[in-house]
Amino acid sequence: MSFATSNEPTLEPSSEPVISARDVRVWYGTTRGAIRAVDGVSFDIAPGETLGLVGESGCGKSTLGRGLMGLLPPGAKRDGEVWYDGKDVLSMRAKDSYRLRGTDLGMIFQEPLTRLNPLLRISAHFEETIKQHEPGLSKQQVRQRALDALRQMGIPPTRYRSYPHEFSGGMRQRLMIALALVLQPAFIVADEPTTALDVLVEAQIVQILNDLRRNFRTSLLLITHNVGIVAEACDRVAVMYAGRIVEEGRVSDVFENPQHPYTRELLRSTISLRTTGLNFIPGSPPDLVDPPDGCRFHPRCPDAMAVCATRNPINIERPTGGRVECWQVGPRDQIPSGGTRPLKQEELAVADEA
Amino acid sequence: MPTKPETPDADAQGAGVEAGPIIDVRGLAVHYGLRGGSLARLFGRDAGVVKAVDGIDLTLQPGEVVGLVGESGSGKSTLGRALLGLAPATEGSIRFRGQDLATLSRRRLRDLRRHIQMVFQDPSAALNPAMTVEVAVGDALRVHGMRSATERRAKVVDALERVGLSPVELFLEKYPRDLSGGQKQRVVMARAIITGPSVLVADEPISMLDMSVRAKILQLMLDLKQDLGLTYVYITHDLASAKYFCDRIAIMYLGRIVEIGPTEEIFANPRHPYTKALLRAIPDPDPGRQLPRDLPRGEVPDAAAPPLGCAFHPRCTEAVASCGWESRDLRTLVEAHWTRRTPEAFEAESASVGSLDHLDRPATSATLGKDGPEAIKGFLDQVRAEAPDDPIWTGVQTITDEGSGVRVHFHEGVDPALRRAGGVDVACVLYPEEPSGV
Repeated sequence: MSFATSNEPTLEPSSEPVISARDVRVWYGTTRGAIRAVDGVSFDIAPGETLGLVGESGCGKSTLGRGLMGLLPPGAKRDGEVWYDGKDVLSMRAKDSYRLRGTDLGMIFQEPLTRLNPLLRISAHFEETIKQHEPGLSKQQVRQRALDALRQMGIPPTRYRSYPHEFSGGMRQRLMIALALVLQPAFIVADEPTTALDVLVEAQIVQILNDLRRNFRTSLLLITHNVGIVAEACDRVAVMYAGRIVEEGRVSDVFENPQHPYTRELLRSTISLRTTGLNFIPGSPPDLVDPPDGCRFHPRCPDAMAVCATRNPINIERPTGGRVECWQVGPRDQIPSGGTRPLKQEELAVADEA
Repeated sequence: MPTKPETPDADAQGAGVEAGPIIDVRGLAVHYGLRGGSLARLFGRDAGVVKAVDGIDLTLQPGEVVGLVGESGSGKSTLGRALLGLAPATEGSIRFRGQDLATLSRRRLRDLRRHIQMVFQDPSAALNPAMTVEVAVGDALRVHGMRSATERRAKVVDALERVGLSPVELFLEKYPRDLSGGQKQRVVMARAIITGPSVLVADEPISMLDMSVRAKILQLMLDLKQDLGLTYVYITHDLASAKYFCDRIAIMYLGRIVEIGPTEEIFANPRHPYTKALLRAIPDPDPGRQLPRDLPRGEVPDAAAPPLGCAFHPRCTEAVASCGWESRDLRTLVEAHWTRRTPEAFEAESASVGSLDHLDRPATSATLGKDGPEAIKGFLDQVRAEAPDDPIWTGVQTITDEGSGVRVHFHEGVDPALRRAGGVDVACVLYPEEPSGV
């Protein structure tokens, strides 16, 4: 493939991660206090691997994605480490992290039409992007690179001189993917890339993302609220709740045998073709200015125990690989005596609903 | 369907004394004229029409849930709006309990809307940000002539309780910005049921909501149906929720119904290739059940210039000779071929084939090329060798020499009408008329 990721030595899939986040925190300052949108998140992504990030709205998924890129509004504070290519992205100077974006760390946004300039032809978008990052290329080389990327996304070269409005919604999203891939980044964050699309087009884009890891060895963080898409396009999944990753592991493993009650309830509440009854999680994600003590899911958790309301769950290995933080899974010997009795839940009214 | 809760005795409210359908749509068409450029208008040139809804027959029995399913641009929302008289019918009739909507004056139509209400997709856009919940929900009553504020308040409290927004005092004085997405959708539902309607048109009521909230709103709609004896028109692009929620489903594509029938039959034996495609496209959360996909290419075509023959044929994987192949399909084919060629090969071929822009005018025969018939024939053979199973080749009748290139003649296409097939009606040439008596 002509798109071998540029700045990455030949590695085995199980070798060093492309990107490795350690205890990442992103807090937004407000007049009410700090919103802890992301609060202590760690994960690794191997070369060519796709990690799905799922959870309800307001769980910090998008904030985490942007935090990794350094694309946060003023007033946001970051902490922790994000290692890429032997350097910590979070602690480097703004100038250096700017240089990293695009060529090494790419991003695909949700609404393609708002990210393309309506006054510029597609050719201009590509020329600008490529020249900005690789000023040494000749005009012919730039064109070649752009057409290559477009072809990979199934957009014919005859459309190179068209304007964004001349493309359909699915084509525009493929343009966005091509624009991110043209610089051959080693790692891409895709933030809800299919949410604005029609069902059939969504399935087409999911297929493209699915092929991405095979053809390009690009690592992908796919942010979505649709567990079906995660099942189709991801190798591993991280389930996020209230700023923390509560369960993480191989997709087949986590979805077939969810350990965390939140993962289980999220899967149960999804309406699929095999739905025979409606299930839902009562209540809504907590206010992240003042999240609940102990496990943040305990007020909504059907399995909550006394210990869940007082002590933070410990991040442990899942029985079949991956990580989970839930007192139900363990470690048992750390639960104080009497901690395992069921927690009496208050009735959750619609008043607290999402 | 055993998965569904018991349907209460249809029309328990006693509003419908007459049997027969509550809504009866016959040959409905909603066309929008395009304005075109100012010069074209000056010279009276027609810019064309968009046939948003084009010849639809649909009946709703009291207490039934009918799903309208399709992608954007299929006309499902326009059809829903037309049921309330919100989109002007160009042709055909909509009868509500025998009364034709088109013959009613604006005033009478407004009275009638008390009985047919609508729930919109985006609850944030459907609520006035300057109105409190109490004012917003009670506004419908004010419009329909209820003057007394105390009476209105009592009704509002009752409606809010019905949609689960209790304790009511907590919500009456709230503004939409203080509410979550699910709560806003409940307010929209309260506003819709407060006038005591018998039909509720729900336009994608759950698609803007979080996964974990969707089931709650769907449950609420089922509860309301049970309590109030409602008849639903459920508009959605999501077949999974339609399967759970609907008694009957109409699959729409580009302004037409392409398949309609009982939910069980549609899902057990999907017939129209578009229905099959929609079913395949639903992502399944169970990783053990991932099937290889055979997805239709491309996207919903421009409704101002729909494909000849069957509107779905350019994307159809089962298309045959009589589906209506035409010049624009040839362009798609050639361009798809070029996405698989090296840049040098593309430059060379594109120089010999020349511009494709003239193919955008729909026609059943099309010229191609400028480098002489032999070169173009060779090129087409190469395209064909690459994808010999592409259904377009079944539609090619002959290729003749013409000028500096060739002319490709396609078989004349037919535009299939809805026909009975098994337990459903389907509009596809693969399902010809069943002999009568079967």
